[in-house]
Amino acid sequence: MTWKQVFTSSVGKKLVMGFTGIFLILFLIVHVSLNACIWANDGGDMFNKGAHFMGANWVPRILEIGLFAGLIIHIIQGLALELSNRSKRGIGYAVNYGNKGSKWYSRSMGLLGTIILLFLILHLSNFWFPNRSHQGFLLGEEINLYQKMQEVFSELWVVIVYVLGCISLGYHLAHGFQSAFKTLGVHNKRWHALISIVGYSFSIIVALMFALMPLSFYFGWIS
Amino acid sequence: MEHYNMNLTLKIWRQKNKDDKGGFQSYQVKDISSEMSFLEMLDVLNEQLIHSGQDPIAFDHDCREGICGMCSLYINGKPHGEWKGNTTCQLHMRAFKDGETVTIEPWRAKAFPVIKDLIVDRSPFDRIIQAGGYISVNTGNAVDGNSLPINKDKADASFAAAMCIGCGACVAACKNSSAMLFLSAKVAHLALLPQGEPERHSRVMNMVAQMDKEGFGACTNTGACEATCPKEISIANIARLNLEYLTASIVAEK
Ligand code: HEM
Ligand code: SF4
Ligand code: FES
Repeated sequence: MTWKQVFTSSVGKKLVMGFTGIFLILFLIVHVSLNACIWANDGGDMFNKGAHFMGANWVPRILEIGLFAGLIIHIIQGLALELSNRSKRGIGYAVNYGNKGSKWYSRSMGLLGTIILLFLILHLSNFWFPNRSHQGFLLGEEINLYQKMQEVFSELWVVIVYVLGCISLGYHLAHGFQSAFKTLGVHNKRWHALISIVGYSFSIIVALMFALMPLSFYFGWIS
Repeated sequence: MEHYNMNLTLKIWRQKNKDDKGGFQSYQVKDISSEMSFLEMLDVLNEQLIHSGQDPIAFDHDCREGICGMCSLYINGKPHGEWKGNTTCQLHMRAFKDGETVTIEPWRAKAFPVIKDLIVDRSPFDRIIQAGGYISVNTGNAVDGNSLPINKDKADASFAAAMCIGCGACVAACKNSSAMLFLSAKVAHLALLPQGEPERHSRVMNMVAQMDKEGFGACTNTGACEATCPKEISIANIARLNLEYLTASIVAEK
């Protein structure tokens, strides 16, 4: 098999989605854990220290390049797959199959992904871009990210968009987490039961924790 | 179960040939017995049509006992109709109520173009099988079937996959018009047996390549195929196929 065959056949494209998807899941674990430091109730001390470690250190900064690469491949491949798959039906059905046998969110990965993408554009322009440009895109001085969060999350519409983004992420993962492992070949009952429980729990916990962050600032649940 | 008769309105897709635009037409059938099969009900309608000098409705069928995979109707929004693990020919009229409207459509996928009315061209499946769904055997006397020891669980899983009758309902149900459940059943049933070993890697590569060439979509693990499959082929076979593909890419010499 040539590399081209490995990654560009229909199964190969799925492998790309699965590998990048799992990579993004690993990133989410780091991201949600670090951000949870805002609940230390210490005026953002602990959180800012963590953020400083990530922002002012070459190792995470180089990993960040890999993260963007993975994210961009996932997005381009995901949207391309969605469009290509949609073009395969031709004339549609008069009566639709609907929910008989598949979940609505499993059939809406492209839509959920697009909502996440729109959310990401807002999210990066809220935090990542201002911070990195303040740093001169190198290891310069950072802004106070905790203060920045307080500022950003004082506006209701921003909080609403973030919560919607988190709900989309939760549903994306409710299908994606399990799907990724199936794409990589996990197929016996024992493992299916495991990835199903871990997948749903992960999706709910991660989406809930992320959504609670803007809500905590907006409603003043943290000091 | 109690026997009853029913009158139905049928909304059926009519299309003269591949190039015709096609459209729905409504028909009435009366006094249909609840003990008829769905295809017998269509036979009744076709006799009516022939008697009144109209073109009968073309639909695929052969064995009418759920084993050949020829019947292929999309009934009220589900391939092979409402019943689980069932083919169109084994769907019986007791599944319907008096006065109901039943919508009948052909399988919809660009890879399965309509030939006439409810008949689609499923030859892409034949070409996928030709690309690798076989094993090499030496000619001469047949070997004793029990001379090769085979793990019982593997044999069971292989037989379960070999149940696929190639009807194409999985493609019809899938939002991506993907043929992965079919392909995975064909790949799994040979990959699980020692007889399938010589072509193991080339099989999965060639069959996937042929599937893509035929214009089916890519699988996204939605599960709609498994829910509609008349032979209840497990979607776990798709994960197995993915693993076969990944393994072939790593270990195949070429
Ligand atoms: C942090 C964000 C994200 C995570 C953690 C994530 C994770 C995943 C995972 C695990 C899968 C399953 C892969 C598989 O079935 O093998 C997946 C599929 C998918 N993702 Fe994402 N994703 C993210 C963002 C996005 C974005 C921004 C888009 C598009 C704009 C997107 C589009 C898709 C699509 C279309 C699929 C379905 C493809 C398929 O199942 O084959 N994702 N994602
Ligand atoms: S997998 Fe099931 S639905 Fe698909 S072709 Fe085989 S028998 Fe038909
Ligand atoms: S006609 Fe043979 S399976 Fe239905």
